[in-house]
Amino acid sequence: MNILDAIVVLLNYVIIPATSYGAQLALGALGVTLIYGILRFSNFAHGDTMAFGTAVTILITWAFQAAGITFGPLPTALLALPLGIAVTALVLLFTDRAVYRFYRRKKAAPVILVIVSMGVMFVMNGLTRLIIGVQDQNFADGQRFIINAFQFRKMTGLAQGLALRTTSVITLLTAIIVVAALFWFLNHTRTGKSMRAFADNEDLALLSGINPERVVTVTWLLVAGLATTAGVLYGLDKSFMPFTYFQLLLPIFAAAVVGGLGNPLGAIVGGFVVAFSEVMSTYAWRMVAAYVLPRSLVPGGLMQLLTTDYKFAVSFAILVAVLLFKPTGIFKGKSV
Amino acid sequence: MKKILLAAAAVALVTQVAAAQTVKIGILLGFTGPEESQAPGIYNGAELAIKQIDASHAFLKGAQLEGVKGDDTCTDASAAVAAATRLVTSDHVAGIVGGHCSGVTAAVLQSVARPNGVVMISPSATSPSLSTAPSDGLFFRTAPSDARQGQVMADVLIKQGIKKVALTYTDNDYGKGLADAFSAAYKKEGGTITISLPHQDGKADYSAEVGTLAAAGGQMLVVAGYADQGGKGIIQGALDTGAFSKFYLPDGMYTASLLQHFGKSLDGSIGDIGESNSSGFKTFVAEAKKAGFDGTAAYSAQGYDAVALMALAMEAAHSTKGTVYKNKIEAIANGPGVKIYAGQLAKGLKLLSEGKAINYEGASSVRLIGPDSAGSYRVYTIKNGKRVTDYYE
Repeated sequence: MNILDAIVVLLNYVIIPATSYGAQLALGALGVTLIYGILRFSNFAHGDTMAFGTAVTILITWAFQAAGITFGPLPTALLALPLGIAVTALVLLFTDRAVYRFYRRKKAAPVILVIVSMGVMFVMNGLTRLIIGVQDQNFADGQRFIINAFQFRKMTGLAQGLALRTTSVITLLTAIIVVAALFWFLNHTRTGKSMRAFADNEDLALLSGINPERVVTVTWLLVAGLATTAGVLYGLDKSFMPFTYFQLLLPIFAAAVVGGLGNPLGAIVGGFVVAFSEVMSTYAWRMVAAYVLPRSLVPGGLMQLLTTDYKFAVSFAILVAVLLFKPTGIFKGKSV
Repeated sequence: MKKILLAAAAVALVTQVAAAQTVKIGILLGFTGPEESQAPGIYNGAELAIKQIDASHAFLKGAQLEGVKGDDTCTDASAAVAAATRLVTSDHVAGIVGGHCSGVTAAVLQSVARPNGVVMISPSATSPSLSTAPSDGLFFRTAPSDARQGQVMADVLIKQGIKKVALTYTDNDYGKGLADAFSAAYKKEGGTITISLPHQDGKADYSAEVGTLAAAGGQMLVVAGYADQGGKGIIQGALDTGAFSKFYLPDGMYTASLLQHFGKSLDGSIGDIGESNSSGFKTFVAEAKKAGFDGTAAYSAQGYDAVALMALAMEAAHSTKGTVYKNKIEAIANGPGVKIYAGQLAKGLKLLSEGKAINYEGASSVRLIGPDSAGSYRVYTIKNGKRVTDYYE
């Protein structure tokens, strides 16, 4: 019985939060990795692209809610998501035409593009705050819990409760669907194959008649979809504040690098590695220990490896360690 | 005809003099930032006092009082200092009502008020460290120090038989000061604090903090944070995971928006807010209602009292110079003299101009101990999604 309680605690505070956080990071890292693989630079504007896409989706969600359109027990934001993606895609294509294309034609070095993306990041960040304000916005509706802690305790008679939020499940399901669709697209469609060819060897791809501008356009469209979806899921699951997406940039890059930059599968694995390391190293394990260990062995302290203030330090540490010892990441991406 | 012209000229002259005699005071509050939903309530209180003083025509022989807004952002000291500097150097204010939160108030006091000899009366900064900060006698507050609130919190919890709590506080002057005061008082009365965990404001996700607090456990979670920021995030996380279902909510968590957001899920939680049960407070609430705002909003009464105290001291000193009228503030607040409650500012000004002494009670039973208000608190329990007053302490 005690073991059951320990499992419930573990699920409630570690596995469920880390899984949904990991799925959000994975979607973000996929966007970063796609840009790195095909456009060949690290896109620092990615976090704020997520914020922008989410802000647009929130506005559309509010419009839907005002018009009385809801999605039953599911959040209305999911209905607004496609429109949000469309608007974000237009903005991304505009920045590409207005900014990135100029440097691409000049064959600028990747490091210059990185700095350019930083500029885009600041503009995007300002734009988001201008549109929706700096404060946190609440846009989640529908059924909040699939099962809440109180019901769970009553149902099972266990001392510990288990809460499963609708948004956590939606996050995971959406992430699986999006990733499956992306892999199918990259592996089975003509456009997807041409993108992979372009990523592998640009000159060879050009020689075989692949239109580079088309590849770039499709990449931005995919990135808009991934970034907005990741942003909206994060906002639904946690809360939306423009500035927090900028803070997400670090774990997202850590995820992409750990998995191997430019490798989509790596981005997903990387997302979960970073999320689980962050959560597990800052979790206080005493409650789990108290259920598993005999009473005499339970320590007095919290059994916490790092205090929660150091959450971001974990992704930093992972980033540094990977770059030092295995610069290509787990799945042999491009070396940075 | 000649007489009318003369009269008109005389009136014009008089009004000109009066118009030239406008005394400005700065109202420096966190209109944006983590307490932005609290700031309008305080501002309304201050505004009401200004309106009553202007309507009385008894202030400094018919001078008009004017409030100038400044935004101290509550947390960003450099922004607060910039706003206060603007108030002092370009608006030439005779005093500052503010700042809103403790950290920025300390910064403004040291880098703007003291160098310029400007009086500051804060309606809401409650950190114990402000009691002992060097101030050249220029700093006062109509809000009580958190040293007192910490004691009240400990008393309330012990009285309810809650002897083991987890504590989380926002990582700044306010949160740390309150947490320290509470810990000391609670431990002295036999309570146990399982963990004292700081949290950062402005994050999207507090599940890690909540996990740690849950691991430490306790009968209740004391959230010494901000209602529009991390405090709300922590409560959300604790409710979602079922880690805690009851909370203790100090003054920073007293906003209408908090209850709107959580509704009945906060039922059974308790909290306190600096507020008195005096007749002055009731008058203030009634007059606030007439003016179209909620007088029971956090620190609204203290905002009213801060403005009133400043204006009365100017009247008593016949001066708008901070270094002169600062000496009158304590005598007016503590008496002896005729008691003046909220809504009686005209009477108070008149008595002072006649050279008589007054004892300003105002809306919040003002009594100063050093720079701090002695302060009384309203203790409430949340029932059915509403704050129900238990008693005053």
